Amino acid sequence: MSEFDVAGAAVQAALDAGARYADARVMHRRYESMSARNGEVEALTQDESVGLGVRALVGASWGFHAVPELSDRAARDAGHRAARTAAASGLVPGPGVELVPVAPSTASWSSPCTVDPLGVSLAVKGDLLVAATSTMADHGADLAEGLYQVWDTAKWFVSSEGHRIDQHIRECGGGISATSIGDGETQRRSWPSYRGQYGTTGWELVDSLDLVAHAARIAEESRELLTAPLCPAGETDLILGGEQLALQIHESVGHAIELDRILGWEAAFAGTSWLDLAQLGSLHYGSELMNITIDPTIPGALGSFGYDDEGSPAVKRDAVRAGRWVGVLAGRDSAAMAGLDYGGSVRADGWARLPMVRMTNVGLEPGPHTLEEIVAATDEGVLMDVNRSWSIDDKRLNFQFGCEIGWEIRNGRRGRMLRNPTYTGIGPLFWRSMDMLSSEIVPWGTPNCGKGQPGQVGHTGHPAAPARFRNVRVGVRA
Amino acid sequence: MTELDLAGQVMQLVARLAGPGGQAEVTVSRAELALTRFANSAIHQNVAESAVEVRLRMHLDGRTAAGSGTTVTPDGLRTLVERVLAAARFAPRDPAWPGLTPPTAVLPSPQWDAATAQAGPADRAALVRAFVDAAGGLETAGYCRTAVRAAAFANSAGHTVQGRTVEAAMDGIARAGGADGTARDCADRLADLDGAELGRRAAAKARAGTDPVELPPGRYPVVLEPAAVADLLENLAWYGFNGKRYAEGQSFAEPGVAQLDPAVTLVDDPLRAAGLPFDLEGTPTRALTLVDAGTIGAVVHDRRSAAEVGGESTGHAWTGSSTFGPIPRNLRLAPARATGTSGGGEVGTAGPAGGTAAVAGLAEPLAGAVPDADTAALVSRMPRGLLVSDLWYTRVLDPKSLVITGLTRNGVWLVEDGQVTRAVRDLRFTESYPRALGPGAVLELGRRTARQPNRWDGVWWEAPALRLASWNFTGGASG
Repeated sequence: MSEFDVAGAAVQAALDAGARYADARVMHRRYESMSARNGEVEALTQDESVGLGVRALVGASWGFHAVPELSDRAARDAGHRAARTAAASGLVPGPGVELVPVAPSTASWSSPCTVDPLGVSLAVKGDLLVAATSTMADHGADLAEGLYQVWDTAKWFVSSEGHRIDQHIRECGGGISATSIGDGETQRRSWPSYRGQYGTTGWELVDSLDLVAHAARIAEESRELLTAPLCPAGETDLILGGEQLALQIHESVGHAIELDRILGWEAAFAGTSWLDLAQLGSLHYGSELMNITIDPTIPGALGSFGYDDEGSPAVKRDAVRAGRWVGVLAGRDSAAMAGLDYGGSVRADGWARLPMVRMTNVGLEPGPHTLEEIVAATDEGVLMDVNRSWSIDDKRLNFQFGCEIGWEIRNGRRGRMLRNPTYTGIGPLFWRSMDMLSSEIVPWGTPNCGKGQPGQVGHTGHPAAPARFRNVRVGVRA
Repeated sequence: MTELDLAGQVMQLVARLAGPGGQAEVTVSRAELALTRFANSAIHQNVAESAVEVRLRMHLDGRTAAGSGTTVTPDGLRTLVERVLAAARFAPRDPAWPGLTPPTAVLPSPQWDAATAQAGPADRAALVRAFVDAAGGLETAGYCRTAVRAAAFANSAGHTVQGRTVEAAMDGIARAGGADGTARDCADRLADLDGAELGRRAAAKARAGTDPVELPPGRYPVVLEPAAVADLLENLAWYGFNGKRYAEGQSFAEPGVAQLDPAVTLVDDPLRAAGLPFDLEGTPTRALTLVDAGTIGAVVHDRRSAAEVGGESTGHAWTGSSTFGPIPRNLRLAPARATGTSGGGEVGTAGPAGGTAAVAGLAEPLAGAVPDADTAALVSRMPRGLLVSDLWYTRVLDPKSLVITGLTRNGVWLVEDGQVTRAVRDLRFTESYPRALGPGAVLELGRRTARQPNRWDGVWWEAPALRLASWNFTGGASG
């Protein structure tokens, strides 16, 4: 019995039990990770997960059931139970559910991959982490950590509308961090970011990071930070490195434009959004330099796919154009409820989780400057890079970020290193203050985006480059 | 086939394929997890999952690897053993391998409620219906869930154990004019959840939160309700009492030192509710006092972190403990003694109703800000400060000093002369949690605890309300 047959049996069982629409995903995911500390491998894990999740729409209510077994009997039972659960949802009913149309397709898609990450020997991977962490320890880090992660996911999607889509998506990445421990606090430096850079690509991404070459520098910087002056408190011009700006986009734009949040579906947990659909197309979100796209077609970026988990093909769309809010991340049902005509941003974290609205690649288009030009054009300010902490309110407005490292900017030159740099602000005010943006775009990958109940971990991408923001509050203290 | 049978099969495969020199441990777990989610006062997501996992760790010729699988057929088990064995053969050397847990008796699992284990979607929907109806027309959102887990452990040292748990939880908000109010509960039995009472409480808080004023940032005395205290416990668990971070010098905790207020007594007590009697390494779980009247008593360990500091495992191994460290996941802050205001006493949990009582002297709707008489007593003794329902999106700026930033959520109120006088807009804070709980900083604890569910089943935080001398608010809603 093929995976398509199993998914089809679940869909048919749901229809037989009264569903007016059903879809099912068979997923087979292999996960591998290795972590090292101070020159020794700390953990090596290889997980494999296989199962089926089926979603049924009965009347105006959804139900979902997942099982770790790919037999005809298990699939039919799951489909039946999904429909039964949907019927129970009708005890506390909501408005009618419609789905925006998606043409049924039979398709197959694979992510680009030059070097199969699971094909690289464990010895080679281990040697890389041992060498990088040993180097950091030799250069003064009290705690030298390295990590890589690999996900290899095959999935088969069938819907009652006629979809039959299979995809093979390989994702991987890694990074290193050096921590120096002082009397009352710790200082950390990471390359290329804490827990690493990730993409929907092969091991060539990890090779390109050249972890060992950066190990000594970040270890020495972590040591130096222990005695660096504190980031001053006050309002000043802020230059953000691309890695930090990627998380800024993720938190203050990506989540804010999720349609399920805007509609209140996440109100009790992840939160809502400050955005009002009545302002879609007219709201002034940021400065004219702010052009943000929703683009799951970027080769190698972590939020890329061929089709989302509702069978919608990957399509590039505008979210913010010349500072104006013009698009959302949506699914078929949320889009229909909002009166929009597109979904395309629904994914599930494995076979046992309900597909929900998730970011794909949400990021900036290039600006006209370089980081060097931005620094040269700044009389007084702070440059901050590489995220250390992040916090934002449940409407995605009030944020505070901390970075690993800062530098004083005086008269167009980068000066002394600053420790504990933080900045805070209100999303749209912050984005409207962006007056310089670099062209040096990198599609940063975020492999740990939490959302949903039960919890789901999403993989998202965020093209970003260094940028300058005027009159930002920096240096918040405990 | 039982979990113990499957674990035995895996150990037989290991013995056959790895030979006598291999050390191995396996945990087989099965779960039935269901969660009914509502928003805009309607059920919009309703999920159930039958899960099985076989997790195997092997140590062979000085090398270690771990892996898991979800296929429990004979072929599936054999594939898992072969995969982990191959990984162990090619993995880098592991000089810190701490060895296997020897045969050891474990305590019995907590009480098992069959009705909760067999609850269906209609049972959960009925609780949601009650919550929604009790909110009196306010918009509501939240979830009701049940979790049933059974697990068995075996290792090549001859140690075998098994156990099972069941848990139910409900967490919801009501919304009124831009203000949200929350109520949540975690119980051993679905029947102990009172959807109507939770809905009424959330609605009362939402109504009391309308028309908020913005206060300037600064240090304010606070009364933190149990939901807010739960955030303190969770961050202390992850960063303070984590044995790996302690061994690395990244924790504030110094066992034997009076670092916290004498009112603080903190116990990790997995078998009080919904906990397995053993961890992922087969080490028995038990109640462990982490703070005794302000003095740090212990941090928690798995076998690896324990070996690093020359100690013993406390039964806190989990799938992420080798990377993130062992974490206490069932913390209980002891309530005030019945005769005084210091911690350490045993009065009992508030239950779903939270000891609801009329709060004298408060006019509606502000009376709804104070959920119970216990919290009202703490509020009444605060000359000026803030009553905080919940904390949100807390993140660590520095793990050693445990400086954390985050926001208030689901209700903040100004208290003047012991009375709630105004709803307040949400505030951002930046605070060192050990400092906020330090000697002299804890003015008073409530006399009843409430168990708060975590986003992961099996994890809970139990605490009374807490009155603190100072909390550092660093930003208002406007920035």
